[in-house]
Amino acid sequence: MEFLTTFVNGLSLGGIYAMIALGYTMVYGIAKMLNFAHGDIIMVGGYTILLFLFVNPIVAIIAAMVFCMILGIVVEKVAYKPLRGASPLAVLITAIGVSYLLQSLAQMIFGSAPKYIVIADLGILKIGSLSIGYNTIITLVCSILVMVALSLFVKFSKTGRAMVAVSEDKGAAQLMGINVNRIIMITFAIGSALAALASVFFLLKAPTMTPTFGSLPGIKAFTAAVIGGIGSIPGAMIGGILLGVIECFAQAVPAISPYTDAIEFSILIILLLVKPSGLLGKVRREKV
Amino acid sequence: MAEVKKIYADDGREIVLKADHLCIQFGGLKAVDNVNLEIKKGELYGLIGPNGAGKTTVFNLLTGVYKPTLGRFYLCGEDLTGKTPAEMNKKGIARTFQNIRLFNNLTVIENVMVGLANQIPCNLVQSVFRLPRHKKSEKEYYERALELLKVFNLDEYKDYLAANLPYGKQRKLEIARAMATNPKLLLLDEPAAGMNPNETQELMDVISFIRKEFDITILLIEHDMRLVGGICEKLTVLNFGTELAVGETSEVLNNPEVIKAYIGE
Repeated sequence: MEFLTTFVNGLSLGGIYAMIALGYTMVYGIAKMLNFAHGDIIMVGGYTILLFLFVNPIVAIIAAMVFCMILGIVVEKVAYKPLRGASPLAVLITAIGVSYLLQSLAQMIFGSAPKYIVIADLGILKIGSLSIGYNTIITLVCSILVMVALSLFVKFSKTGRAMVAVSEDKGAAQLMGINVNRIIMITFAIGSALAALASVFFLLKAPTMTPTFGSLPGIKAFTAAVIGGIGSIPGAMIGGILLGVIECFAQAVPAISPYTDAIEFSILIILLLVKPSGLLGKVRREKV
Repeated sequence: MAEVKKIYADDGREIVLKADHLCIQFGGLKAVDNVNLEIKKGELYGLIGPNGAGKTTVFNLLTGVYKPTLGRFYLCGEDLTGKTPAEMNKKGIARTFQNIRLFNNLTVIENVMVGLANQIPCNLVQSVFRLPRHKKSEKEYYERALELLKVFNLDEYKDYLAANLPYGKQRKLEIARAMATNPKLLLLDEPAAGMNPNETQELMDVISFIRKEFDITILLIEHDMRLVGGICEKLTVLNFGTELAVGETSEVLNNPEVIKAYIGE
């Protein structure tokens, strides 16, 4: 029974990682950059919920998603767009800069002490000896819905096909009349909205928020995206869920639970040694 | 909005593409130097020349990949100099590539559907919330793409990934995808490269067919002289970025200067 509880908890945590990893992987696939400020969007989402929670939890969640979408678009326009065509290293450094900027702004506005943000107290579901938090179930269901919806959107819509086309060959896509800047903007908007949603589920799990909250889940979701094969949407989903399950099982065993993070990152290192392009990543052949 | 004034040739036919003194310089290298083109509506025009003569660079200028250092060009009288590739495509210039550049992770029919994107209206909000308009337009994309695939005899391969098509069919699919953007002018960059004689013959038939079917103007780069002599009406020969000869296909191919540039003395 404990095994099943841990497994469901793992799937649920994995769902959150997958949602964040999707943001990393889509931006990488389409804009060919690593957006290291992506984790901090989660944190911004959390504080936005705090600001709007007095109205109603649902309004607060929607406000967080909308605000993060706008923030994602603005960050892309102001910080990344001028660097299009610049060296990847310059873009990477800029992304790290944006990350620190967001953290510092949050610290100036909300202070560095943790804020308690209780969206809802959902209680625990008990079936026989099995006990699972309702938040876990909601997280799992919502993350599955989000992943299905996103997959349908990418496969069966004009914008989705354009996204695949741009990620594969930006030049050819442009010459087919696709406005690449618009597609990149949409990608950032979707990724940021998913990050905001992830913050909702984190807050349901543990209702505290600090200015540096986004770093660790951000890095873990990035790990998940790399494990799955960065640039691949199903890869990010699988990588996220895998990492979540591993994390929960590692935490459930007292002897190894202090080393949970180390175990997760070691898996990344080992996997990259065996399969450098990730589970579902394609090996890119360089044209000569 | 710039004034659009259609240009006509002496014989009264409309001039679809007019390029005036196109030049582009990369550092000290003049890759294209003072190239002029005048292509009439419905014409099949060839651009030939030895390797490195600047043919593909001319295509890159006409599709907005590069901006000309000097010179301007007009599509049906509209000045398009300096527009972005996506805008060029919307104005009616589509192309294929020397090395095939299909979207390999998409299926054959999806490749054509990407090309159709600007032909059928459907905005993002409609797609995200799957409103009725989205469903209707998706159906329309699919049907129009299928029709185009039938024209190119590719409909039986519609659900293959583009990467899994045989080489000759990939070339045809690239033309189909370009045609999906509803161009006025189609640029074909070495469409017969790497094809065997049978495939080349089939390609020539396809090109003649789409010219009639879609009433389109075609500019093509080619090395296969049999293809050039067989279907092109007029030629421009480039050598070291400059025009070596311009005229009817038969006279150009017999021009001693051209023969010299190709096979040496």
